[in-house]
Amino acid sequence: MTRDPIQVRGLDHFFGSGDARKQALFDINLTIARGSLTVLMGPSGSGKTTVLTLIGALREVGSGSVRVLGQELHGADERSLVALRKRLGFIFQAHNLHESLTATQNVLMGLEVHGRANADRQRIAAHHMLDLVGLSDRRDYLPGNLSGGQKQRVAVARALVSNPEIVLADEPTAALDKVSGQNVVRLLKTLGQVRGTTTVMVTHDPRILEMADRIITLEDGRVATDEIRNLG
Amino acid sequence: MNTLLTLLFRRLPIGWLQLSHSKGRFVAAVSGVAFANLLVFMQLGIMGALNSSTIAPYGLFNADIILSSAAGNTLTDKDNVARVRMFQALGVPGVARATPMYLGNLPFTLPDGTSVSMLTFGVDSTQPGFVAPGIGGDLNQLTLENTALLDLGTRGIPKSVVAGLRTGESFAFEANGKTLLAVGTMDVGGGFLADGMLMMSDQTFLRFFPTRSSGAPSHILLKVADGVSHDTVVARLRATLPAQSVKVQAMPEAAQSDLSYMSTQRPTGIIFGFGVFMGILVGLVIVYQVLSTDVADHLREYATFKAMGYGHSFFLGIVFEEAIILAIFGFIPGLIVSIGLYAGLNAVTGLPVEMEAGRAILVFLGTLAACTLSGAIATRRLANADPADLF
Repeated sequence: MTRDPIQVRGLDHFFGSGDARKQALFDINLTIARGSLTVLMGPSGSGKTTVLTLIGALREVGSGSVRVLGQELHGADERSLVALRKRLGFIFQAHNLHESLTATQNVLMGLEVHGRANADRQRIAAHHMLDLVGLSDRRDYLPGNLSGGQKQRVAVARALVSNPEIVLADEPTAALDKVSGQNVVRLLKTLGQVRGTTTVMVTHDPRILEMADRIITLEDGRVATDEIRNLG
Repeated sequence: MNTLLTLLFRRLPIGWLQLSHSKGRFVAAVSGVAFANLLVFMQLGIMGALNSSTIAPYGLFNADIILSSAAGNTLTDKDNVARVRMFQALGVPGVARATPMYLGNLPFTLPDGTSVSMLTFGVDSTQPGFVAPGIGGDLNQLTLENTALLDLGTRGIPKSVVAGLRTGESFAFEANGKTLLAVGTMDVGGGFLADGMLMMSDQTFLRFFPTRSSGAPSHILLKVADGVSHDTVVARLRATLPAQSVKVQAMPEAAQSDLSYMSTQRPTGIIFGFGVFMGILVGLVIVYQVLSTDVADHLREYATFKAMGYGHSFFLGIVFEEAIILAIFGFIPGLIVSIGLYAGLNAVTGLPVEMEAGRAILVFLGTLAACTLSGAIATRRLANADPADLF
């Protein structure tokens, strides 16, 4: 089972401190298989995004165990967290693009985190990724001149350009129309099949559920249903 | 610029792109740094003026050793040293020549009727070589009764008089109810001690200061014989002359101790020193505000980078890049405006407020350090927070 990229055991999570301390997650246990596309569902406040950010090493794991790509996150030092984040691709709910960088430069940031060994090759890879998300004619636009959907696609390209082993996506299709939303999910699905990229996605979008390998529903910080559909 | 910076940093020049993205914010940040520079420059300029006007009179003389009253702390303190000490000093091996130096403030009437106060020096005009070479006119011409060398930098002196003196004309002035003939020039400027300076023979001095006695000069100036070490002669003099009444100092040492007394013991010096301290403090606060505002403005974007796996050194790199850019862009206008204000202050007060290269370099390095340090402190919040809490 150690080959499973994401293993969560007995995970609790709290927000706030003192009297305001509130438990957000209760005893979450998950094992997610390599190359699969998993969807996290649930009403708002159910803890979906919290689970995603904990797996993405963006939040400190306070109790239980979260093991991602073999790295235990509970009690991990900053150095290990930084090293792990480089191997993940995170697509944020808000696009979070850098306002003063062009689309290409934003995507390049996803590559430069691994070093700047070959600037020309990195540029070609960034352009290729923008082509894949259908933005070949918007390469040198600043985010301010792109529509919400275009920005979201740049963010997708930035997350995927470095071939991450795990993609964590927080409502990546919310700002996209039907066609580009499906394109993005199809891209993630293909990456899973071809490269073994594991995807965990928070979404409410019913169009995506058809493509999911597994659907986990959270309610009030607990796993309510866990449906494995077409695991190949 | 981008290509150059990309090569320089071996990454995208995010600091520069960020700063140049929002012109308004960039101008505001640069203005803040420029203002901080201006503040420090003005305080340093005023303190520098005090210092150089304290030292300026020493520059008029070409003596090696100065004998003063043990009670006095500065050149212009109203203490005397007995002239008999001069004769004792001349008996010490290595002392070549000597002159008494009398010093006083003389009320002096300018052609337009305004009265100014002149710091007046009287020296033995028959002893050559005691006046610094840069002074126009030698002491011989002062042997004539009631003549003096007039400071061209005197506050309120008419331009026609300056031009006339330069071409060798003489001008008669009224000083202390008597007529004084300006026969030559020197260029010092008034500073904090007086409105200007006069150099005259000891005989003329005593005529204009009837209460002073020839037996009690303010200081005694000595020249050391060629090839003899000044330190040796100073040591011999200290051994010969009684320490409780006479202070023996080499000229540069005297200037230095005068300066340190003026700047640390006298209220004006302390106030100006405090001004410099406040200027630097306020400058630091402004620079910190500029840098920390910039970091706060970009915190979301930095958090995203952190989530992508960039380490803290990356953010320090961006902030240092910005710090260097802001330090340079803020320094240039700060320096230019300061030079302008120095010139204005100099024109209005006649004080020697001047930009020195050393001061400019020091302020620039200080700005760079302040910007860098502020940036490093401002990024600490980023280092300590979970990326997810910053979105």
